[in-house]
Amino acid sequence: MILEWIGDVVLLIVVLPVVIYLLHGVLKAANSIVPSVRSIAASANDGSADLDGAALLATTQDQVIKTVESAADYGGSLDVILDDA
Amino acid sequence: MPAAGVVMIIAVVLIVAAVVFYLVSVILALRKITTGLDDAITGVVGIIEKSAPVEGVVTTINKNLDAGVDLLEGLLVKKAGMDDAVGLIDGLYPGAGAEGLRNFPESKEVKPLRISEVYTKGTLTLARLGREAPIAAASPNGPALRNPAYGSTAARALYPEVRQTRPEVMPPSPVIGTDSPIQYDPTEEVGGPRKRMPAGSERSTGADARAV
Repeated sequence: MILEWIGDVVLLIVVLPVVIYLLHGVLKAANSIVPSVRSIAASANDGSADLDGAALLATTQDQVIKTVESAADYGGSLDVILDDA
Repeated sequence: MPAAGVVMIIAVVLIVAAVVFYLVSVILALRKITTGLDDAITGVVGIIEKSAPVEGVVTTINKNLDAGVDLLEGLLVKKAGMDDAVGLIDGLYPGAGAEGLRNFPESKEVKPLRISEVYTKGTLTLARLGREAPIAAASPNGPALRNPAYGSTAARALYPEVRQTRPEVMPPSPVIGTDSPIQYDPTEEVGGPRKRMPAGSERSTGADARAV
């Protein structure tokens, strides 16, 4: 009988607080991850939105090609017009 | 049932209840984390998809720009010569002459001429287009070939020699009145053609005439 009471005391005074303490720590850690993940998701979405303009690089590429071609044509004309040094 | 057994059952129930409560809370928190990670993955996938063609496009742009730079550098050196080319680049972009031309390693050894100090961009272009003159070809340590502050004489020299270079020797305005040094005869002057005084004539007449 005495051992049963000792076991009861150990359960209530030692085991239960330890279990609660450990589980509370796990819950606190899990909850602390949530805002970090949300900020990561927001940053990823913002970064993805910032790259919407990357599609314009194709236009830039075309413009660069045309510009270089024009410069080449102009340079060819200058090469004919001007004498060499 | 003895009282000790009842207390033990109560203690076990309390422990189980605490475990259930905290584990359910952890599960809810993990679900929030999963949702957030899904959003993050969506954003990252968008970044990957949108940035995938960037490398190829930028590489193509750089190739085209490299070709343009090669073309313009070659044309500049061919037409202006290495010295003037480096001087021109250094004049337009101070300090760039020291870096030299990419396709002409020997250009790093060229001391940039002081083209921009002597000529404006427009003058430089006109001179280059018109005469291919070796402007500013003198030693960079020497005096400027053309003084930019009083450079209008050089431009005036392009026009007929009337008033541009020697305005001080032009005939002065006539003095009129009864006591003027030169008296005109109205019977000869009125109705006749006006006399045209050529430039350089009558240098010694008039109050403003100075010795040449």
